[in-house]
Amino acid sequence: MTDTTAAFERTTATTGEASFGDFIALLKPRVMSLVVFTALAGLAVAPGSVHPFVAFVSILCIAIGGGASGALNMWWDADIDRIMKRTQNRPIPAGKVSPQEALGFGLALSGFAVVMLGLAANWAAAGLLAFTIFFYVVIYSMWLKRSTPQNIVIGGAAGAFPPMIGWAVVTGDVASVESVLMFALIFMWTPPHFWSLALFMKEDYSNAGVPMLTVTHGRKSTRTHILVYTLLLAPMALAIAATSIGGPIYLIASGVLNAMFVRKAFALWRRPEEDAQADKYAAEKKFFKFSLIYLFLHFVALMAQAGLAPFGLGGW
Amino acid sequence: MAFKEDHELHKRRFGRNMGLLAVLLTFVGIVFGLTIVKVSNGESIEGFDHTVRYSLEPKEGSQ
Repeated sequence: MTDTTAAFERTTATTGEASFGDFIALLKPRVMSLVVFTALAGLAVAPGSVHPFVAFVSILCIAIGGGASGALNMWWDADIDRIMKRTQNRPIPAGKVSPQEALGFGLALSGFAVVMLGLAANWAAAGLLAFTIFFYVVIYSMWLKRSTPQNIVIGGAAGAFPPMIGWAVVTGDVASVESVLMFALIFMWTPPHFWSLALFMKEDYSNAGVPMLTVTHGRKSTRTHILVYTLLLAPMALAIAATSIGGPIYLIASGVLNAMFVRKAFALWRRPEEDAQADKYAAEKKFFKFSLIYLFLHFVALMAQAGLAPFGLGGW
Repeated sequence: MAFKEDHELHKRRFGRNMGLLAVLLTFVGIVFGLTIVKVSNGESIEGFDHTVRYSLEPKEGSQ
């Protein structure tokens, strides 16, 4: 055995052999699907039009940019991903992809996605995508996540940018009332969504030393925070109905969804910890699942509103 | 009969290489498609050298 082959075997023994699928897993496909969906919604409801192929490439670039930030997040968080049960099977802690590979992969894809979006659509959208990647990786992952229990409140902004980018692809505009309200909808939705997850994944975050609200302020306080943010979310969501992209369909859908969400948040707030432990956090898990449906249906309603406009069933 | 038996490494990395090939082909397709869309701006491509430019031809009955 030569020195080279011996060295090669040592390397593969420690890092394993990454398959194509492991690199796909680095892009966090589930998060990416939400990014694709909300960006598509932003693009679909924006005034004006783009060529369908440009729209397709733009959404692809936004998805790749979102995925690249996921890969960079996994590179930075590899140490805590090894500790948390939920993340132990990710490619880096599983030993399939080395941290350096993930870093190179994430950086290369970030650059690629931003430049391609600039060339395909416009540089306003590309700039917003670059800022989103920066925000998620540097502001959230590197800075806030491990230093403040408000980590997901501000970090949630990263997930809220995609509909704004979709909007910017069509209009070249990054700061209209409609796109800012779509941003606000996801931004205010993120805390109740993640804190309900933290309520039933409690050991994970405390073991990893991530200052989740449940760890630093206790579980009762987290339930109060969920209720407050849900109450603040409702007017943001309903305000969209009054803009150019809103209309009766959206207003009805949003009204019903917010009434249900607030009712569930109120029930969660009143729930004693003993009851939650007794039924293994059934209500918290239901609230988490409903939060996904809540956001999905809001954007479906917006797209339905835009799709029905040519038939005279659109906005006000 | 194969000239030379594939190295084990090549067999192991076959899936990964095929995946990369698919990604590269998709990239070529995207650049090609974007070029067509950007150049034609949604209309048929018209040569600008030594050819008849139909868009400059006077419309029938316009004179």
